[in-house]
Amino acid sequence: MKQVIMGNHALSYGAMLSRVQVIAAYPITPQTQVVELLSEMCADKTLDAEFIKVESEHSAMAACIGASAVGARTFTATSAQGLALMHEMIHWAVGARLPVVLGNINRAMGPPWTIWTDQNDSLSQRDTGCLQFYARSNQEVLDSVIQMFKVCEQILLPGMIILDAFALSHTSEVVDVPDQKLVDKYLPPFHPRYILDPKEPHTFGGLTGPDGYYELRYKIEEAIQRAKSLINETGKEFGELFGRAYGMVEKYKLDDAETVLIASSTIASTARIAIDELQNEGKSVGLLRVRVFRPFPAEEIRELLQSRKKVAVIDRNISFGHEGIFAQEIRSSLYNCKNKPPIWGYITGIGGRDVTVENIKDIVNDTIKSDKPSGDIIWKGVRL
Amino acid sequence: MAKGKIIYKRAKDIPLNAMSVGSMLFNKTGAWRNVKPIIDYDNCIKCMICWKFCPDICIVIEDENPVIDYDYCKGCAVCVVECPKKCISLVEEGR
Repeated sequence: MKQVIMGNHALSYGAMLSRVQVIAAYPITPQTQVVELLSEMCADKTLDAEFIKVESEHSAMAACIGASAVGARTFTATSAQGLALMHEMIHWAVGARLPVVLGNINRAMGPPWTIWTDQNDSLSQRDTGCLQFYARSNQEVLDSVIQMFKVCEQILLPGMIILDAFALSHTSEVVDVPDQKLVDKYLPPFHPRYILDPKEPHTFGGLTGPDGYYELRYKIEEAIQRAKSLINETGKEFGELFGRAYGMVEKYKLDDAETVLIASSTIASTARIAIDELQNEGKSVGLLRVRVFRPFPAEEIRELLQSRKKVAVIDRNISFGHEGIFAQEIRSSLYNCKNKPPIWGYITGIGGRDVTVENIKDIVNDTIKSDKPSGDIIWKGVRL
Repeated sequence: MAKGKIIYKRAKDIPLNAMSVGSMLFNKTGAWRNVKPIIDYDNCIKCMICWKFCPDICIVIEDENPVIDYDYCKGCAVCVVECPKKCISLVEEGR
């Protein structure tokens, strides 16, 4: 049924339709509405789940880990400093191979205190082994929760659905909230093979020496690599059932464009209009949206970018001391390719600074006009 | 309770997280011991302070006497220190 809902509630409905059994969370702007609605659903029995109130995000993830270890489907949500506080426990969920799913509303890190969007909070979790999907619409937020459970429960790793603060979290859009029966058909119940069970007691995650730890880490990498094809397959299957297909990346008017713009999250939505206008002006440009950041779509990047004339990457984040994080990953994916295009790495929109159609057109025109990038980072919109 | 130790027959059965194959019923820790506490029952006043302080719960009470379960005792010697009558002695293992 079509409803007008905000991105935060799209996360809540996604969790509800996935029939989560345990939710543990701590409030933080701009995430709070996600778990507020879920707690109401638990209170009025619309959702048969246990809602655990905790004293911090570290405890929220720890409670989800405990619940997941006994075989429950678990969900939490957070933002910025809250995600940073969860960091240790995200490593634990990965190592313990527990498919906890969380929503993260991208909020810039403090200080100074801020509540507006940028991607540094989620990208700081890059090396944990937690999957990362960046959504560009409220519909995709809801659909991604359901898909994430399906993927994560097969490879036994946690996953994060990421959406921009305010641009999605508090913005109302028309969202098709799918029928529960159809979701049940897509997403089977979670039955892990080994669980914490007092009738069959075992210790999990105990001391492991150099003779065993290495192989366990190899298996995490094996699993997250397997997620690549699984994301494309389950995304296609989602399309067959619900009419909306998803993959690792999304192409928009890409065809044989000479210059490719790469963006993520809501900037990739705004960029569609910029691409339409630039094409109307006769320019050979197309858009590639990186939807899944972990695992990174290196194969798609190589296939779609080789032999292009120029690539412009927009990063709403920065790895201090190096460059924009998406630009880094794209550069490293292409490094061993024969016909690699030069890459212009733009940083813009930090701390929720608005990124308009004009800004994006300016970025693409800058790439078209210049012979080579003026540096590893090209700052756009910074007032000095 | 635990049926027994798990024996993995195929590589794909091996859990993805480190996991004990059996409960503590099978995972005995007595072999960790370098020194062995021995109670001198002639001087023991059955105050049960050793039973109370044993951090591994491996002093049990049998017929009103404290008895050390050597299958699990790791030889930490907390009982030796806490005994008010100083009637628990430490003997080096292997001698």
